[in-house]
Amino acid sequence: MDTDRIEKKTLLHAPLSRVWRALADSTEFGTWFGMKFEGPFVAGATVRGVISPTTVDAEVAKSQKSHEGMPLEFIVERVEPERLLSFRWRPVTDSAAEPSTLVTFALEETADGVMLTVTESDFDRIPLERRAKMFAANEHGWSVQMAVIAKYLAHAQ
Amino acid sequence: MRSRFSIAAPVFAALGDETRLKLVVRLCDDGPASITHLSRDAPITRQAITKHLRVMQNAGLVRCSRQGRESYWELDRRRLREIRRNLALISAQWDDALGRLRRFVED
Repeated sequence: MDTDRIEKKTLLHAPLSRVWRALADSTEFGTWFGMKFEGPFVAGATVRGVISPTTVDAEVAKSQKSHEGMPLEFIVERVEPERLLSFRWRPVTDSAAEPSTLVTFALEETADGVMLTVTESDFDRIPLERRAKMFAANEHGWSVQMAVIAKYLAHAQ
Repeated sequence: MRSRFSIAAPVFAALGDETRLKLVVRLCDDGPASITHLSRDAPITRQAITKHLRVMQNAGLVRCSRQGRESYWELDRRRLREIRRNLALISAQWDDALGRLRRFVED
């Protein structure tokens, strides 16, 4: 098992320009992800945002309620239109030296749609359990999610 | 009491070394083992292996017990399970988020 990196691939049936806007426009990103940002994503700039329930999924929105208003900081690294968006993120706390993980969204146009690859890395730098709980639902949701994962792992083996 | 949050990071550091990963694999396959056993066929000294084991002990990955004149080392599987569980959870959260992105751009 790779302990320092998660990689996800998904094929989206939408135009490249549409997918790019959903990622690179911080308002659109916030809509599906479940956050509100104070400004745009600009390479080299830091932008703050807070958890704010998504409007895309009512069930998820309910579980995000328990984290509503929690501040996160995005340190944007690369913005390469219709190709790549990357940022480091971390919770905003009193501690100045809060470690972050690196998140990268890479896009590739294929005959069937847009192949999106998301990676999150540098887990070795952070308190892992807190990262796991950063977007997790409340305690009840947590146990439900754990049951789902247990099933998933049992299936994957 | 140490915070449960503060203990994951040293685990990764402890595993970020080829010799230590090999030791983990060996302890996985062979179960509890003595230094004599672990240093057999190894390209490095007994002392070096002990040092690596101590690093992993500090991260809570292995435990040491003495039997007579030998120290026996074994894996603490609970910590490995905990890491695996947390990564699985983060992975599932990404699946959820990407599902929302899909609905957002495909509708």
